[in-house]
Amino acid sequence: MSVPKLAVWKLASCDGCQLTLLDCEDELLSVAAKVEIAYFLEASSFKGRGPYDLSLIEGSVTTEEDLHRVQHIRRVSKHVVTIGACATAGGIQALRNFADVREFISVVYARPDYIATLEHSTPVSAHVAVDFELRGCPIDKRQLLEVLSAFLAGRRPVIPEESVCVECKERGNPCVMVAHGTPCLGPVTQAGCGALCPAFNRGCFGCFGPLRSANAATLAGLPGVTRTFSDFQEAR
Amino acid sequence: MDKQPNPVLLDALDPLITALRIGGFRVVGPTVRDGVIRFAELSSAAESPTGWTDAQEPGRYRLRQEGELVFGYAASPDSAKRYTHPPRTTLFRWDKGPIEPEIDAPPTALIGLRACDLAALAVQDRVLGGSAAYRARRAALFLVAVDCATPSAVCFCTSMGTGPKAEAGFDLALTELSEPHRFLARAGSERGAEILAALPHRASAPADLAAAADVTRTATARMEPRRFELDGVKEQVAAARTSPVWEEIASRCLTCANCTIVCPTCFCTTVEDGTDLSDGAAERVERWDSCFTFGFTELGGEPVRASGAARYRQWLSHKFSTWVDQFGEYGCVGCGRCVTWCPAGIDLVEELERLR
Repeated sequence: MSVPKLAVWKLASCDGCQLTLLDCEDELLSVAAKVEIAYFLEASSFKGRGPYDLSLIEGSVTTEEDLHRVQHIRRVSKHVVTIGACATAGGIQALRNFADVREFISVVYARPDYIATLEHSTPVSAHVAVDFELRGCPIDKRQLLEVLSAFLAGRRPVIPEESVCVECKERGNPCVMVAHGTPCLGPVTQAGCGALCPAFNRGCFGCFGPLRSANAATLAGLPGVTRTFSDFQEAR
Repeated sequence: MDKQPNPVLLDALDPLITALRIGGFRVVGPTVRDGVIRFAELSSAAESPTGWTDAQEPGRYRLRQEGELVFGYAASPDSAKRYTHPPRTTLFRWDKGPIEPEIDAPPTALIGLRACDLAALAVQDRVLGGSAAYRARRAALFLVAVDCATPSAVCFCTSMGTGPKAEAGFDLALTELSEPHRFLARAGSERGAEILAALPHRASAPADLAAAADVTRTATARMEPRRFELDGVKEQVAAARTSPVWEEIASRCLTCANCTIVCPTCFCTTVEDGTDLSDGAAERVERWDSCFTFGFTELGGEPVRASGAARYRQWLSHKFSTWVDQFGEYGCVGCGRCVTWCPAGIDLVEELERLR
C-alpha cells in the first residue's frame, strides 16, 4: 500500500489551527512516518502534487479566489476535513455576516479600494462536501491526532458531541458558574478543549462552538451571563 | 459483627489518619479547594475544612467560614463514585496481541462520607457488582462515615430514607460533637473495630450518646420543609409519560449533563476505541457518559431521544420508576447534588411534585 498523501490548506484564518499540527511535536514524527506530508506551506515551501488522500482545510471562504480554491481542493482530495472554527463555522470574520462589510473595510483599511472580499464569511461546507468538521479555536491537538488516526485506520473519529461540563466534571473542576458565580458558556458549548478555562477558574467562552442541543436562550437568561456580553457591547 | 461495642470518644482525627496511613491506605478526605469542598489525599487533619460551611440552593454553592466543625458542610461536588467508578478506565489494549490492563485499585480510606453516600455505594454495588474491576476498587476502600449534622437547603435524604445518620456500610462512623469538640466513634466492621481499639480514646458517657442523638434530630428537622411522600412516586412518574411538564422542564434544561455526572448513583458509560498512529496499537476505554448527551442514544447516526424533554424524562423516570423495576430500589439517595450543580437550578424534588 502506498503512503497516504496529506495536504494542509489555508483560507481566511490566523494559522493557529495549522500550527496545532506542528505543535504535535512528540507525535509529529509518527505522523510523518505514516503519511507523506505533500502540501503544507506553513511547514515547508515544497509543493507536492495531488491528488491527496486527506486534505485539512483551515480558514473560511471570504474571497472569490477562496471559492475557486475550495472547489479545487475538493477535486484533488479523497477526504476533506475542516479544522477549526473558521473553516467549520465562518470564524470571527463572520461578524461581517451581521453587518455591512463595506463599512468595516472603510474603517479598517487606509485604501479600501485595494480590498476585494465577499459580503459573507462562510464555512467550507457551504460550498463543497466535507467529510468531517473538527471544532475549536484553535483545534485541540489530541483531537487532531484522533482525526488523523481515524482517517488512516478508515474508522469514524471519536469526537464526542457533549458539553464542556462533561469534561469539566471528568477533570474534577468545580463548576465556576455554580460555585463562583462566573458566567460560563460551558453548558452550551461542545467539549474538546479538556475544559481548559474552567480548570483555571475562568468561564468558558465557547471556542468549540455550540453544542448540538444547545439551549442558549436559557443560559442567556441566567444571572450574569447576558450582563457580561452586554457590557462588552457597551464598552465597544 | 456479633456484638456492637459502645461508641468511644476521640479528641482528634490525626491519630486515625496516621493509623490508616500506617495501615497502607492512602487517606482521602475533604479539603477546601477552588471555593468548594473536595476530596483529596490528606496527610493530616490540618488539611480538613475545619470552620467551613456551605450554603447550597438550586444552581448555587458558596462556602463561608462559620463554627468550629470539621464536617460542618453538606454534600460536596465529589462523591465516592470517582473512586469506585472512575471517569475513565482502560478496558482492553491491543499491541500485536491482546493485553489485559491491570486493575488500578489502591487501598484507599475515604473519610467524611455521609449516609447518602453510603446508600449510593450500596446502590452502585447492586448495579456494578458484576464487574471485577468495580469489586476490586470497592474492596480496596476503607469507609469512615460521618453522621450528617449540617444538611443543606437542597438535601432530602429523609424523604429517600437514607439518612442523615449512617446506619450501615461503613468501617467506622463518627458523630462530631461540640462544647467540648469531640468525635463519638463507632465501628461497623471487624477491621474498623481493630483500628478504633488501637486509637487513643475515652469511654463515652450517656450524655455523649444523647448529644449524638440530638445531632441527628436537628439534621432531620432541617430537612423537614423539603420532605415528600415517596409512596406512589414510581407509579405516578410512569403515568406522567405524556405530561406537558416534561416540555416545560426542557425549556429550562441546558442538557449539559451536570446532574447525571455529579449524581453518586448515575453509572452510565460509553466505550471508545482508539488507535495509535505509530505502531498499530489500539485501546478500548470506558468513560462516563450521560443520558443527556446526543451520542448516548445514537442509532444509525441519529439520537433516539433527540429532545431535551425526552432526555429529562428518561433521567427522572429512571431514578424514580424504572430503576425500581431494574434493581428493586430507587436510583436516588437524596443528596441534592443534581439540584445544586444544575447551572439552571432545576430542582428535581419540585419537578417530581409537579409531575404527581
